[in-house]
Amino acid sequence: MYSEKVMDHFQNPRNVGEIENASGVGTVGNAKCGDIMRIYLDIDENKIIKDVKFKTFGCGAAVATSSMATELVKGKTVEEAMQVTNRAVMEALDGLPPVKVHCSLLAEEAIHAALWDYADKHDIKIEGLEKPKSDIHEGEEY
Amino acid sequence: MDRLIYLDNAATTKTAPEVVEAMLPYFTENYGNPSSVYGFAARNKEAVTRQRETIAELLGVQEKEIYFTAGGSEADNWALKAAAECYGSKGNHIITTKIEHHAILHTAEYLEKRGFEVTYLDVDEEGVVRIDELKAAIRPTTILISVMYANNEIGTLQPIKEIGQIAREHGILFHTDAVQAFGQVPISADECRIDMLSASGHKFNGPKGIGFLYIRTGVKIRSFIHGGAQERKRRAGTENVPGIIGLGTAAKRAADTMAERAEKETKLRDHLIRRVLEEIPYTKLNGHPSKRLPNNANFSFRFVEGESLLIMLDMKGICASSGSACTSGSLDPSHVLLAIGLPHEIAHGSLRLTLGGETTKEEIDYAVDCLKEIVRHLREMSPLYEDFVKKNQGQTA
Repeated sequence: MYSEKVMDHFQNPRNVGEIENASGVGTVGNAKCGDIMRIYLDIDENKIIKDVKFKTFGCGAAVATSSMATELVKGKTVEEAMQVTNRAVMEALDGLPPVKVHCSLLAEEAIHAALWDYADKHDIKIEGLEKPKSDIHEGEEY
Repeated sequence: MDRLIYLDNAATTKTAPEVVEAMLPYFTENYGNPSSVYGFAARNKEAVTRQRETIAELLGVQEKEIYFTAGGSEADNWALKAAAECYGSKGNHIITTKIEHHAILHTAEYLEKRGFEVTYLDVDEEGVVRIDELKAAIRPTTILISVMYANNEIGTLQPIKEIGQIAREHGILFHTDAVQAFGQVPISADECRIDMLSASGHKFNGPKGIGFLYIRTGVKIRSFIHGGAQERKRRAGTENVPGIIGLGTAAKRAADTMAERAEKETKLRDHLIRRVLEEIPYTKLNGHPSKRLPNNANFSFRFVEGESLLIMLDMKGICASSGSACTSGSLDPSHVLLAIGLPHEIAHGSLRLTLGGETTKEEIDYAVDCLKEIVRHLREMSPLYEDFVKKNQGQTA
């Protein structure tokens, strides 16, 4: 059902964890549908993503797309991170089954939500970034 | 990982070697069509009849009341559609439950589109139909009650005898989908006042693609498949002779070993349940603690998702199944788990382990050891668990 790359990222997920005092945190998804992703970003003064961590509740594809998305944005500038689309995540994983495409969309949204949080806290505007629809704020019910 | 630990016997079972052995001559040597006149083929007619007799005896019914089908889904479809057709002039109301197999639920929905009214009974949080609700649902127009004998996901056994009694008192047909129960628990059609019963061979170490529908004499059920005169003209088509031989052999075998197997499986199942509940925190057993199939255990692990669990178990050589949406391609988790009142996110983290006659204690212990590790690992990755821990720390600080 899954490609070798998906299985690899599911079995050995990269960048699992939390970042204390992160520059930006985004949580997206819906526990009702069985997927929640949270991304932590550590961004320096040159707007470079120095570190990124994630936590995901979800299926194999949800874990693998989160893992791959963190790999793709690590070391990039926030503007470059904006170019990491769900398509890019899927391609990097050698594809996903059609019913799992929504997982890659969620990964893209999670990155955007974390970037939005960063931009909001630091009062910066990131070109092309819109407020993520499914962002979950602290204390909110899923 | 070479070892295979098969804990998905509710999905299907291994065909027993003696069942295969019994079937083989009917492919290569005794291949005659049972409807043919010559002795070579007519002997197959007798062989088919003998299997019918075996199954009838196990249910305490007559041989002529057993109709072979291509499996449980066909039997369920037949029971509902034919009852609707034959009794439609009497009324248009059918009662079933929210936890039936899709072979019943989707057939009921199909009938709804054709003018029938269907009541889907709720169940309590252990998955048992409430008798008072069943009684209250009965209308003058009710023609059929269909309640499964045992649930396929959570293993809960239904109060079939009471339901049968009520149906009989009201002159309503009673069908039970016994696909998970036949061969696992003793069933008396007469005592439970069952008018129709569905079963499937591959759930009790028989072959796939063969099952039967019991139809009590006197129930007006018309032909389901039109054609030849097979199955008392009600289900045409050349008999699946090897399948029928396999079905009968497996049914006999299941009945002969039932008491011993149930005792062994119940012991192992309870060992499994005890270990999981004691050793893995934030875990719940789904279904009834004792009124359940001897081989079924179903758990919900909070903060983890079922498909992830299944893939990680698979990597350890363990075959299981889940009520998670991700295993079905839809976004909603299992209708059964929602019906017993589990919130969506907990239903997503469910796991069904179903034992077989060959399952060992060592396999169960290995599975629990793996499960502990996997759940711990997935929770470490879970934002829901992170929030839960932080919230608790906040409360205790």
